[in-house]
Amino acid sequence: MTVPNLVGAGLIVIGAGIGLGKIGGSAMEGIARQPEATGKIQTAMIIIAALLEGLAFGALFLGK
Amino acid sequence: MRVFKKSIDLAATLFILLFSIGVSASATSDEKEEGPINTQEEVEGYILHHIKDSHDFHLFSYTNDEGERKHVGFPLPVIVWSSEGLVTFMSSRFHHDDSGHHIVEAGGTRFAKLHSKIYELESDAEEIKLDEEEHPVNAHKVLDFSITKSVFGMLLIGILMLVWFGGLARQYKNKQIPTGFGRILEPLVLYVRDEIAKPNIGHKYRQFTGYLLTVFFFIWILNLLGLTPFGFNVTGQIAVTAALAIFTLIIYTFKGNRDYWEHMLWMPGVPVLIRPVLAVIELAGAFLIKPFSLLVRLFANISAGHIVVMSLIAILITMKSELTVFGSGLLSFVLSLFITLIELLVAFLQAYIFTMLSALFIGMAVAEHDHGHDHDEESDAEEVRADFI
Repeated sequence: MTVPNLVGAGLIVIGAGIGLGKIGGSAMEGIARQPEATGKIQTAMIIIAALLEGLAFGALFLGK
Repeated sequence: MRVFKKSIDLAATLFILLFSIGVSASATSDEKEEGPINTQEEVEGYILHHIKDSHDFHLFSYTNDEGERKHVGFPLPVIVWSSEGLVTFMSSRFHHDDSGHHIVEAGGTRFAKLHSKIYELESDAEEIKLDEEEHPVNAHKVLDFSITKSVFGMLLIGILMLVWFGGLARQYKNKQIPTGFGRILEPLVLYVRDEIAKPNIGHKYRQFTGYLLTVFFFIWILNLLGLTPFGFNVTGQIAVTAALAIFTLIIYTFKGNRDYWEHMLWMPGVPVLIRPVLAVIELAGAFLIKPFSLLVRLFANISAGHIVVMSLIAILITMKSELTVFGSGLLSFVLSLFITLIELLVAFLQAYIFTMLSALFIGMAVAEHDHGHDHDEESDAEEVRADFI
């Protein structure tokens, strides 16, 4: 792996980390506000996290 | 109860057996570490070799007292379409050679195996020659239909699933309650139907539940198989995940209704000038991005998991001089146990996400009514009433 590749991989991971953190944080907040909606919030959270993960992996894969 | 206990015993025995194979495999790679060979490069080689598919089922290898390298495992059939037509032979004829030196004559032509791929030598070539990038210059690739390790794993799981789920289905004909192993499967089947298919697809869920169940269990069981020390890495093969993603693509493309295509190609409620631009984006999304994200997610997650587990096991070798055998062994055991437990979760989660997103994409394509725009007030009210009923 060359240096630009590694820097790019790092940037992707930073971006994905911010995204996942926001999703997780909002989900936590939502669950704390409305514990009875936990199941629905978790499902939606996992879907969004999966979409984000797909994007991040796609970028990592193309940059390999 | 006694049957249950017996099967627990059987499971425990199997587990210990598997574990001992795994231990002996890592122990043998440990022994090879003497001499001037670069340890890190060799570990990398091992890991990359494991990630790839292989033509024989290799359990472990060791060096005996005479300094001979012994391989334990069994060969698998090689089936290739060469210039002489269909040729089959057992992979044992390559004698575990992966560098293209061992040439096999079969079906009137000659083959060599290089980096887990089978090449057919040109008619005048004596031995395989490589250029600077390690690609052969006097041999070409052949269409490879071999029963490789991954194909073997998929066939195995396919047969197992037929037995398990066929048995479960048969049990419902006689009585309403499944017995034996079916009791573990039934709640999982209901989970996929009620939590994945129904909420995402809506009332047309029935015709897609079969596909979703198949994909869910196929991916999950293969992910779990990848965590056994047999060294399968089926769902970490990009070809396998691509095929699964293409199945989903085919289903939501051909089952898509008029609304779906209208919203993709000539969406109502959008200024006419913007429609072609959006249509291009939508088409790219439906035919490239959705399947690509499905296949890359599964492939990357499982491959990354395997690489991490193997790297942690390799601590045993790479950090032996710093931490002594006991220290590096303890460290690698604790870390790899921890990661393997997480991988158990990932195995389920990835199967769940693949199925969930497949259901979501299918649900988007078959969704019946759209909201607002070209409906008049009355039909909207009717829809609301219909929803209540």
